[in-house]
Amino acid sequence: MAVSTGQPPAAGESARGRSRRHDSPGRLRRALSSHWYAWAMIAPVAVVMLVLIGWPLARGVYLSLTDATEANMGRTIGVNVIPSTYEFVGLDNYLQILTSGLFWDKVLWTVTWTVACVGLHYGIGLGLAVMLNRELRLRSLYRVLLILPWAVPAFVAAFIWRYLYNSDYGVINGFLKVAGLSGVGWLDDPVTAKIAVIAVNVWIGVPFMMVAMLGGLQSIPAELYEAAEVDGASSWQRFKAITLPGLRQVSTTVVLLGTIWTFNMFPIIFLVTRGGPGSETEILVTYAFREAFTGIRNYSGSAAWGVIILAMLVVLAVGYRRTLRSQGDPW
Amino acid sequence: MRRLLAAVAVAALTLTATACGGGGGEAAAPTASVTDPAKITGELTWWDTTRPDSEGPTFQALIKEFEAQYPGIKVKYVNVPSDQAQNQFQTAAQAGTGAPDVIRSEVAWTPQFASLGYLQPLDGTRAVDDGSDFLSGPLSSTKYNDKTYAVPQVTDTLALIYNRRLLKEAGHEEPPRTVAELKQAALNVKDKTDADGLALNVDSYFLLPFMYGEGGDLLDVQSKKIVVNSPANVKAIETVADLINSGAAPKPATTDSYANAMTALKEGKAAMIYNGPWALSEIYQGKEFKDRSNLGIAPVPAGSVKAGAPTGGWNLAIYAGSKNIPAAYEFVRFMTTVKAQAKIAKEISLLPTRTSAYADPAVQDNPDVAVFKPIMDTAVPRPWIPEGGQLFQPLLEGYQSLVGGQATPADMLKKVDEQYHGIMKDWS
Repeated sequence: MAVSTGQPPAAGESARGRSRRHDSPGRLRRALSSHWYAWAMIAPVAVVMLVLIGWPLARGVYLSLTDATEANMGRTIGVNVIPSTYEFVGLDNYLQILTSGLFWDKVLWTVTWTVACVGLHYGIGLGLAVMLNRELRLRSLYRVLLILPWAVPAFVAAFIWRYLYNSDYGVINGFLKVAGLSGVGWLDDPVTAKIAVIAVNVWIGVPFMMVAMLGGLQSIPAELYEAAEVDGASSWQRFKAITLPGLRQVSTTVVLLGTIWTFNMFPIIFLVTRGGPGSETEILVTYAFREAFTGIRNYSGSAAWGVIILAMLVVLAVGYRRTLRSQGDPW
Repeated sequence: MRRLLAAVAVAALTLTATACGGGGGEAAAPTASVTDPAKITGELTWWDTTRPDSEGPTFQALIKEFEAQYPGIKVKYVNVPSDQAQNQFQTAAQAGTGAPDVIRSEVAWTPQFASLGYLQPLDGTRAVDDGSDFLSGPLSSTKYNDKTYAVPQVTDTLALIYNRRLLKEAGHEEPPRTVAELKQAALNVKDKTDADGLALNVDSYFLLPFMYGEGGDLLDVQSKKIVVNSPANVKAIETVADLINSGAAPKPATTDSYANAMTALKEGKAAMIYNGPWALSEIYQGKEFKDRSNLGIAPVPAGSVKAGAPTGGWNLAIYAGSKNIPAAYEFVRFMTTVKAQAKIAKEISLLPTRTSAYADPAVQDNPDVAVFKPIMDTAVPRPWIPEGGQLFQPLLEGYQSLVGGQATPADMLKKVDEQYHGIMKDWS
């Protein structure tokens, strides 16, 4: 990261430095000579980042501009030699994806999924945090219980929920039947399946929000509340005028994080519904995975999906940051 | 200072280049020829895909026998769930590291792996012992571009598996022979007992008997045509929809469909299912079939044209990048002998792929294998093409939307047809 932002000015600055020999050294050179130690310290990290993130990213972008699949990538395995026959095809993959109705269906559902999940995470998390921030009997017990979903590995939770939702032998339908109602094919109908996966993700995601909010709440000075109470503010007024602004720093960060996580929440969808029924609950990442890993793998197509998803998230993150900054957040 | 920067840049480049080289694959392993097979030494890894609790022990016992016969070879047994093995093998084979020497490959995966260059050609090697002895259906799945890439290990097909007690209570001594009789029998079971008639498994593979029954198919390989959207198939799908709508089959779950259908049969909550010999050892664990004679096996009911179910099964294939190909040849040879197949058939009812194995007394004594043999003779081989494995997902999605009531049979097949054209671009 540091290297990449540092390098471009290097050429220009040092060239200018050389032409105007007796001027003061370039900004970068000055920075280097006074901070060389810091640069040396971050160099290993920068190299590792470049290798682990930069290279695969560059390779992915390159592949997305070709027609590479598992069948036409050259390789030699034992006696079998397969020649490399894939070609550069420019933006074909992107055009194909962006002009397909399927892509827009998936975008719509992914956005709905993200907004619904993050909204519920935040709302419920905040509500629980406010409740648990009060003096309450057995408060620590409640806190532990509410954090429990977070402690369960996502795939275990997904399998448990899948079992609960089972239409013939599941616990939820079992209760419905005891109550004299007919069972619901939770994961068999597009609408109920969507509600079902959102419910699972909310169950898993609320504890994180709750803990983050609780931390935020505890950093709000109690004097503010006392002062407001003395001034006769109602509890709703105190919540609006003290709690919410006090939580602003924490909220903005966790909402952005939550959005990115939920947008790319692969395991829940993949393990609970496998994208079904049909491909109705498939979000962008699970669909890209399916493109990449079924049958003869389509490296180029799935790389293009990956790049599009990345671009959407980058735009979101930048836009979000801009908005916050324009509202005076030091972010 | 600039020197330091340069050094960093060089280091980064070197590392990147190394990472680059990783994808290149391994150099060809020298294939030493050893005159006496018993003297071959080395270690083999075998990926098995059977159910570890009910089928695995038989294969591990066979490995013990193999190691006794070839004292120089050690076999590492790895059980990989059958729904993950294909993907994991592709990843490992492509990367050139972590792939097993021998893999138990499903019949539909074999041509795909072969087309991708992952498998060792086996023509004229010690892996294939008397090739003409193998049943033609399973054998055809091991060929790709006229070369042999695997040896058939076990074969299977679908049959109608039923609960004799429930059918008898509903007034049927004999299992249904046609789809019309199936519907009637199922409705009778529903009326006269407290069980359901037919438990459907929402899976594309299980749709094939209905399609074959009406004379339909997915592809016409000879003329390179996609024929999934044919009147015959529409009729087949309408039949399935009618089974569900009439109540002969309760509306099936689309998630965990296989497990739910199996549980329904095992618990006596449904009288009939479609399934293959691989399911028998699990079914016998169910409470309805403590008395094994309560389980009936019959050919899949015929449609208006014929009765037909797909040929399935598993082959043994050798990874082309294996370091120990001579030992792998011996292992594959050993695991597909008549003796090994007879043991497998006797203990876990999996069907042999050798004609001569069916003459073995141990095989003939297993009633399940005896019942399946004639059914096997009418099984329809699927198109063995590399894309074969990709045909099921669109059909599955279509089946799910049919069951969910979002698509009519005609709509469903039209959509599947479109998706097939996307997969196989040069087919008409």
